[in-house]
Amino acid sequence: MTTWLYDGSFDGFLSAVFDLYWQKKTDVTIRKEQDHVQGLFENVIFMPTIMANADRVWVGLSRKLSEEHLQQLFCCYLSELAGEEDHMVGFIRHVFSSEKDITGDFGNKYILHVAQTARKVLREKHRMEAFVRFQLTKDNIYYSLVAPDYNVLPLIAKHFKERYADQYWIIYDERRRFGIYYNLEKVETIRLQFNTEYDPHYHTTGNVWAPEEELYQQLWNTYFKEANIVGRKNPRLQLQHMPRRYWKYLTEMRLD
Amino acid sequence: MERIQEKLAILADAAKYDASCASSGSNRKNETKGLGNAHPGMGICHSYTADGRCVSLLKILLTNVCIYDCAYCVSRKSNDIKRAAFTVQEVVDLTINFYRRNYIEGLFLSSGIFKDPDYTMERLVRVAKKLRTEHNFNGYIHLKAIPGASDELMREAGLYADRLSVNLELPTEAGLKLLAPEKSRPAMIQPIRFLQNEIIRLEDERKVLKKVPTFVPAGQSTQVIVGAAGESDMEIMHLASRFYRQFQLKRVYYSGYVPISNDNRLPALHSQVPLMRENRLYQADWLLRFYGFEPHELLNERHPNLDTDIDPKLSWALRNLDSFPVDINKADKMLIARVPGIGIESLRKICAARMHGTLNWDQLKQMGVQIGKARYFITCKSGPFERRDLTPEQIRQQLLAQSHSKWAKAHSPQLQLF
Repeated sequence: MTTWLYDGSFDGFLSAVFDLYWQKKTDVTIRKEQDHVQGLFENVIFMPTIMANADRVWVGLSRKLSEEHLQQLFCCYLSELAGEEDHMVGFIRHVFSSEKDITGDFGNKYILHVAQTARKVLREKHRMEAFVRFQLTKDNIYYSLVAPDYNVLPLIAKHFKERYADQYWIIYDERRRFGIYYNLEKVETIRLQFNTEYDPHYHTTGNVWAPEEELYQQLWNTYFKEANIVGRKNPRLQLQHMPRRYWKYLTEMRLD
Repeated sequence: MERIQEKLAILADAAKYDASCASSGSNRKNETKGLGNAHPGMGICHSYTADGRCVSLLKILLTNVCIYDCAYCVSRKSNDIKRAAFTVQEVVDLTINFYRRNYIEGLFLSSGIFKDPDYTMERLVRVAKKLRTEHNFNGYIHLKAIPGASDELMREAGLYADRLSVNLELPTEAGLKLLAPEKSRPAMIQPIRFLQNEIIRLEDERKVLKKVPTFVPAGQSTQVIVGAAGESDMEIMHLASRFYRQFQLKRVYYSGYVPISNDNRLPALHSQVPLMRENRLYQADWLLRFYGFEPHELLNERHPNLDTDIDPKLSWALRNLDSFPVDINKADKMLIARVPGIGIESLRKICAARMHGTLNWDQLKQMGVQIGKARYFITCKSGPFERRDLTPEQIRQQLLAQSHSKWAKAHSPQLQLF
């Protein structure tokens, strides 16, 4: 039993896949270096990322797959699920081994699994597009904290860039400790240093926020309360659409 | 500041009985680096209120002052409630500031009729115009089309709005006569027909001319109130189907009547909102629009109302057992669409996957087919699941026995004592 470790990047994974073919290996599992726990009789090798090899795999896949299916594979990587690499490798092997387009072969467990994982990740992407709540800072930046289940910031950047093209904004992933920042030109990846006395869970304390920020949060809370129809009360349905783990980031659901 | 809070409270409360919250189906790109866009594909629901309904648009009335006295409406003239009105600028500021914070997809602006239809419509149009021209706002705008307003105003509204809607309110003309005697069905249909003709005219122009302005890109919708005037489901669905066909409506919304008045023409104040019935109507609506069903198949003289215990597709299938079983690996796509327990997503997967090999029960289950329901109606590679010849009643009982609907309690027409 051999395990190959890669540096955790998507290119690192593709580069390892290249070696699977180059060295004609079939009994190798690929894992992220940072997630790996050493087994007792396990043979572990670290595979350095070689960009040229990663590119060759990607170009090969691009010849056989549509944009949509390439994105599905990338979504599986962003899911960060344990052992997801096995399904991705299974998917890639099936793609390369067949002459015809097999992306609709949902009877195959790898094809189905990749489609289903991608669906989960894209649903989380869609949720983030819905549940981001910006707060306007004194410096005229719209700022938002999130903690998505999957690493979807790379997927949502385009949506927010197109929509909020005329305002500065930051969306910060609290769990993964990085964010995206739009400076009216392009979106950049950033890391923030929080000083300890500042509570990252916003609130209108301190003099961080623009003077009108509190008013609009209150107006939004008023609107949210009044839009509810008491005679149709159905908290279960509300929870189904908006699970509790998102609440602390939602202006209207925070219990003050 | 307190006044704007109060206004918002009054005018959001009065607007919430409008069920429409769609923000999809338009196509307004942000090409000028302005604010916002409206997607052709999926809409976005930004939040969900405690009743489980989505919040996608800032849904408010411009004013709840109204010259009409429709019995089912909270804003009716004779109702003793607080009245308020927004200025155009207030609506614009709220929309822009909510939108910038990613609270909403856009604005849904409706209004009570003050003075006359033209006066009211002119104000609605002014809000939309200001958002589009002065604030470079490309988010979604849904305006009410006020019956009786001039063609010129309707045309202008269509240039700025993504969607326009006229609510039919009551599914039958008799109901309308009883509860809203000042309104008439022909007067409501007139603007719907006008807008449809304009949409078609501009589409034709677009084929030959380069620069034709977008006009109501997300189309028209309407709403009917369910359970206020004693109508049958058959009357409702046949009406909906006629409007989908005749006027190419994008959506018909069904709104379970929420008791708001002790008028004796209406259900009493504390009676239950018919949520289950509303849910079944939406299911039937989906069957018409996406699954190739005709309204008379689901509802006819012998079955004038939908079964509340089981969904309308299952109900239809049990009445038509002679159409089953269908072979998953061979049958026509539209026949498989009629199988209970198979939705659009699993249908798509089945049709793609069977080109690569015959499918068995296990694979169907993995793809998301509800085997518990579907097993009575299909065959596939691994032989029939159900060999016995069951009667419709037996299947119905078996399915009801194994289903513990998590919604049963919330949607039950039965009043809860404790």
